[in-house]
Amino acid sequence: MERVHELLGRMLFMRRFEERVIELFEQEQFEGHYHVYNGQEATALGAMDAVPRDDYMYTTHRNHGHLLARGADPVALMAEILGKANGLVGGRGGSYHAAWPEGNVPVTSALVAGNIPQAAGTALAAKRRGTGQVVVCWFGDGAVEEGAFYETMNLSALWKLPVLYLCENNSVPARYRAMGQYPSSTHAAPALTEVVRPFGIESHAVDGTDYDAVHDLVRQLMERLHRGEGPFFIEARTSRWPGSYGVWPQLTGGRFQIGWVFDPASAPEVVREWTTESDPIVLLARRALERGAIDRQGLEALDREQSTAVDRVVEAALAAPDPRPEDTFRHVLR
Amino acid sequence: MPVKTYAEALCQSLIDTCEAEPNLIFIPAAFGGLSPHAASFRPFYARYADRILGAPIAEIALCGIGVGAAIGGLRPVIDVLSASFLYQGIAQVVNEAANVLYMTDGKTACPVIFHAMQGVLPGEAAQHNRCLSAELWNSPGLEIVLPASPEDAAGLWKTAVASPNPTVFMDHQLLMGLTQDVPDHVDPIPFGQARICREGKDVTVVATLAAVPRALEAAERLAREDGVAVEVVDPRTLVPFDEETVVQSVRKTGRAVVADETIRSCGVAAEIAARIQERCWGVLKAPVKRVTLPDVPIPFSRPQEAVVWLTPEKIAQAVREVLAWR
Repeated sequence: MERVHELLGRMLFMRRFEERVIELFEQEQFEGHYHVYNGQEATALGAMDAVPRDDYMYTTHRNHGHLLARGADPVALMAEILGKANGLVGGRGGSYHAAWPEGNVPVTSALVAGNIPQAAGTALAAKRRGTGQVVVCWFGDGAVEEGAFYETMNLSALWKLPVLYLCENNSVPARYRAMGQYPSSTHAAPALTEVVRPFGIESHAVDGTDYDAVHDLVRQLMERLHRGEGPFFIEARTSRWPGSYGVWPQLTGGRFQIGWVFDPASAPEVVREWTTESDPIVLLARRALERGAIDRQGLEALDREQSTAVDRVVEAALAAPDPRPEDTFRHVLR
Repeated sequence: MPVKTYAEALCQSLIDTCEAEPNLIFIPAAFGGLSPHAASFRPFYARYADRILGAPIAEIALCGIGVGAAIGGLRPVIDVLSASFLYQGIAQVVNEAANVLYMTDGKTACPVIFHAMQGVLPGEAAQHNRCLSAELWNSPGLEIVLPASPEDAAGLWKTAVASPNPTVFMDHQLLMGLTQDVPDHVDPIPFGQARICREGKDVTVVATLAAVPRALEAAERLAREDGVAVEVVDPRTLVPFDEETVVQSVRKTGRAVVADETIRSCGVAAEIAARIQERCWGVLKAPVKRVTLPDVPIPFSRPQEAVVWLTPEKIAQAVREVLAWR
């Protein structure tokens, strides 16, 4: 009971965080392209709860959820998104390149598949230096279309590198999430899980909206990686939040309302189907309600709590100082 | 001091750095390329086979693995063989390695070395003759090393291995047989220190990599035939660039020629010429002249290839032209 309460709280925090990111962009508090993690909260939390802090993580342009799940300071992450001096990487990266070097998230490439060979390289370093560390490498289904992906799979398999390749396929319709095969319009393979098998890389599919399923799978594979097995590939299947379809994220249907958990028909039509079938928060909350693990009052209180926490994060981040123009030329070279 | 070839001096430096730096690894290693002097690297291969990882032909992955391995605490050398092949992996060099330190506000260092042979070789035609130092110089965050002598190859290599930054170390297949008296173990040569290869009072020739011995040959001929004293300056590293030494030389001579094997438009010579004109406008007695590859792909056939080659004759001709300027 405590666990599902805490888990729902963390997922709601992520959701409210991303909603505020969209609003802050619309209020012109920052510029540039950015990506939000709505709908994939269970994947990041399920995976990161199974990854020791000493291990490395490489993330992507869609990194906010990964970093929050990893335990990065939300104020420093929001400050980074706003380009502030006390951001995770001093405001140098923004949303695209948010990283957490102190938390073994060394750097964030925002180019599709840019991080995949880097993760392999860090795994090679860990293996040769005998540090016992393992690398988790996040990427989206688009990265599986890139040549760098295939070159790196070949090398990872040849050198038996300790990497967990964690592909988030957020383009899967609800009914396909738990099935063995899901055809993609932009990939000739019958399923993304198939593409690494010719290299001899063990491959798994998991429903990315299911915290427990993700957590159990990642925990098992992490243990095996730490025993010297690997690399492994996971395709975590989620369904794209309607607000993430356009070139720019849109708060489609407005802010998430906790009432939609109890009355899905009250959700605006644009998000109704997704909310009912694919929102990991709604799916988890409904299961918890059915089991009596939480009640309506408790859920509403939890949401208010998390919304307030995010408000404080935004307030602190907005109040943070900007980087100084005279520091523009620092850190080109050491 | 023993006489050593460029290849022999570099080989000894590879051995010295492997001894000093246990985290130095090579993915893969093919020093000397197709040159007969490639055999001079055998002592390194024999002694440090365990530091060399055989690898598939996968430049983009290997360059990225270099980035990640450097972040993870190794000192990886990604040997892409020919600079032309660097294009296959260029995204990880110019858009990943070069940006790591800056994008992380100085928190994550990426001390990877990309090694390639750069320069035009006979009969290699359009696709295997690319010179990338201009493209690389256009990507802040990379150190660019162009050693033109045996001692420079050995000494600059040591600095590259010790550097905390991503470094592109580009030697030249046609320089592998160049000889010089060098000590058994060459000291590290700091980056950003140009070498005055020959002193002279009449014209400064700034030359890089293979253009250095050709500029020295031109200088020798001009001294003999025209009684002209040419000063040859080799910057040795483009990043960091030793502008002071170049500027001091041009202030002394009042005339400058820049010789470099990158393509003329937006090439290395164009950048150096611009810097000279910015700093030496008042003392220049003639416009700065460039000797480069022309704006054309490299042809295969001999008579056409001869048109594009950067030769001592072309350098000598450029020197005569800046001297004749009124």
